[in-house]
Amino acid sequence: MNLLSVVIIGVLGLLGVGLYALLITRNLIKIVVALQILVKAILLAIIMAGKVQGNMALAQSMALTVIVADTIVAVLGLALAVQIRRQLGTLDVQALSTLRR
Amino acid sequence: MWHILIIAGAIGCAIGAIVARRLLVSALWLAGTSALVALEIYLLGAPEIAVIELSVGAGLVTVLFVFAISIAGEEDLNTHSIFPLPAAWGLVALSLVLLAILVLPRAGLQVPIPGIEQFSTMLWDKRGLDVLLQIIIIFTGVLGVLGILAESRRTAHVESAKKLQEVREEVQV
Repeated sequence: MNLLSVVIIGVLGLLGVGLYALLITRNLIKIVVALQILVKAILLAIIMAGKVQGNMALAQSMALTVIVADTIVAVLGLALAVQIRRQLGTLDVQALSTLRR
Repeated sequence: MWHILIIAGAIGCAIGAIVARRLLVSALWLAGTSALVALEIYLLGAPEIAVIELSVGAGLVTVLFVFAISIAGEEDLNTHSIFPLPAAWGLVALSLVLLAILVLPRAGLQVPIPGIEQFSTMLWDKRGLDVLLQIIIIFTGVLGVLGILAESRRTAHVESAKKLQEVREEVQV
């Protein structure tokens, strides 16, 4: 098994875990954890693509953008979760359905 | 061999982060995933991004998670999911199979590239717009967090004003 196959399997595995967690979890903070796992998979895929193409500088530049955007998403998501917990007293996604009324 | 172990460890830590019932344990498993992914990125030949991922992904984000969990508190909600589990498994399997069908035949495809450049040249000269957008994203995030937290401060003011009013009424009585 060569390096490319190992990394692709890793990317698919992390994507699978992240997608499954996004579908089944009800806790707002765990949803942010699932998003983080998805972004780790994407980072690995971008760096591997740069290595295969021999253009690691472009891949690193893209990966840096992804890291910055991902961190801001995590910060905003956690701040929202904290506020929802303070205002509604729960982190349950299902409890947020009361917003429809 | 090392690559297989690191990738398996990263996937194991990711599964641990999802399975863990306590949010704090989940955040620590996520930090493990970040650290192992950073190690793999370093071994793939991108040390700059590996260092940034290790410090931001495994450091800063973990601190933020611990901070948020300590404010929001633990809440065990793992009783049952909204989405049916077999449907979730099916969707995940379907999306992974589709992705593998799309990716694997093109895995070794070589695209001609104009020239190899240094990371700093690429980041500051060729992708200057990306850097500008990153700065805008950071400011947007900071303003967003300030906006979200400012609302709570207003709510706290309202609550303290209500308490003060209650105390005044009690004194009058």
